[in-house]
Amino acid sequence: MRRIVRIASWLYALAVYGFIFLPVVVLVLFSLQATSFPIPPFTGPSLRWYDAVLSDTRLTSALVNSLLVASISSLAAVTLGFLSAWGFARFVLPGSGLLRGLITLPLTVSYLIIGMGLLVLFNWAGVPKSLLAAGIGHVVINLPLCFAIIYSQMGDHQINIERAARDLGAPEWKVLLLITVPVMAPAIFAGFFLSMTFSWDEFVISFLLTRFDTTLPVEIWNLLRSGLNPKTNAVGSLVFAVSIVLVVLFELTLLRRRRA
Amino acid sequence: MSTAGNNGRALPWALVTPALGWTLLFFVLPFIAMGFSSLTAHEGGGFTASNYSQFFTNPSYWQAMVNSLQVTAIVTVVSVLLAYPFAWILAEQVPERWQRLALMLAVLPFWTSYVVRSYSWLLVLAQNGVINRALTGSGLFSEPLQLANTRFATVTGFVHFFVMLLTLTIFANLKQLSPSYRKAAADLGAGPVRTFLHVILPLTLPGIMVGAFLTFVLCIGDYITPQILGGNNELLMPQLVMMQIGRRGDFPLASALSIILMAVVTIAYLACARWLKIERA
Repeated sequence: MRRIVRIASWLYALAVYGFIFLPVVVLVLFSLQATSFPIPPFTGPSLRWYDAVLSDTRLTSALVNSLLVASISSLAAVTLGFLSAWGFARFVLPGSGLLRGLITLPLTVSYLIIGMGLLVLFNWAGVPKSLLAAGIGHVVINLPLCFAIIYSQMGDHQINIERAARDLGAPEWKVLLLITVPVMAPAIFAGFFLSMTFSWDEFVISFLLTRFDTTLPVEIWNLLRSGLNPKTNAVGSLVFAVSIVLVVLFELTLLRRRRA
Repeated sequence: MSTAGNNGRALPWALVTPALGWTLLFFVLPFIAMGFSSLTAHEGGGFTASNYSQFFTNPSYWQAMVNSLQVTAIVTVVSVLLAYPFAWILAEQVPERWQRLALMLAVLPFWTSYVVRSYSWLLVLAQNGVINRALTGSGLFSEPLQLANTRFATVTGFVHFFVMLLTLTIFANLKQLSPSYRKAAADLGAGPVRTFLHVILPLTLPGIMVGAFLTFVLCIGDYITPQILGGNNELLMPQLVMMQIGRRGDFPLASALSIILMAVVTIAYLACARWLKIERA
């Protein structure tokens, strides 16, 4: 009986791993295709489609745009999230529960609806479509995440260190910069990298709120109109690589926090 | 608790106001704007409820909601059924020291770009893609199957994503169970099957409900997967919303449809919350 369960488990797990990895393997494999169609038979390996991606200025500028929007919007989200988490964790504010609920509310609404709302508002207020508009949307989706991560990590242990600093005469800004920020660094980094990952990957808000200068997921979407193309495979594989790097950084910061 | 000293009440408000202001300005206000917009006429302005009544009278709009609900229900059920045994194997059968790696591997593609992931499935399911080549090449089928641009493709793409998400949540759930439950059941004479059915499964049910609800919300609001994999043969709600913006610039109708979609999610949430409460009692 035990043996049968064990063998069945292995087979099942292998099948699910196969299902999970099938599209990724096909994507990366056919990004190395030598001919013009990313379908069997495999004719590679060749790096010509990576060359094509790197010499396509629309894709490379979209990549730079994506990195810019992701890093600046994540920085804004983590700053706003950290300051508000500190405020709510350290001080008694009237209606605190309700206000914290308000900050985390965007987590419950789909990106499509957040994007639609901003589109209608900006359209009505005469704000043109731009990377800035998309960045504003990215802060809306990432601020609640940063707030929740940092707020949940603010324990009594840190309060005592802050009190000690104040007793020794440190002004409030010094407590913030020299005590709270370094102590909270792992949670702050975790919030930042998670925001980077989500902003880097976000499509619908950028699609609705940008026009000519746009982010990489939107540019990839435009490539899809030309059907199956190894160039799309190549840029997709590159995007995958960047996401993996971000996730590994996120994992490492989390692990460091756990060991501390 | 406050030790702010001279700064009094000004400092805490200075800390929380930027985040609150941002949320009010760029989340709450847009929502109000969308509500207003949904009540105006596309041609010539003026207040009207016709954007909402159109949804109930135009059968193709109504059909999009039915399609969305059907696809979401299938995706949620299939994903839970696939993910639960997988998470159980990872938590119970894989040796402790390999578990972290096994889980990380299982959710690695979860982190790839959403658009790219859907495109990858298109490569697999296309007319001359990997699966059809394998089927015709092995002589099982003489003609390639129509797999892409179908509901099957949409569901496959969704299930792929949500199996990973649910594996994460169910795995966490199983690991949180204290081993004493299993020991107690064994002491009382229950075999592994009875222990699972009467102890483990009921204890993880609230976690499954949370994961299923998350699946429902994310699935019903997603535009990318149905647009890339399902094509335009059968429209889902998010596709219908985007169509109003793209082709006709009809913001009022798009707003009304978005609000209806949100209302459905809210109803699901209320139903789910009540169900969870009954479970806890």
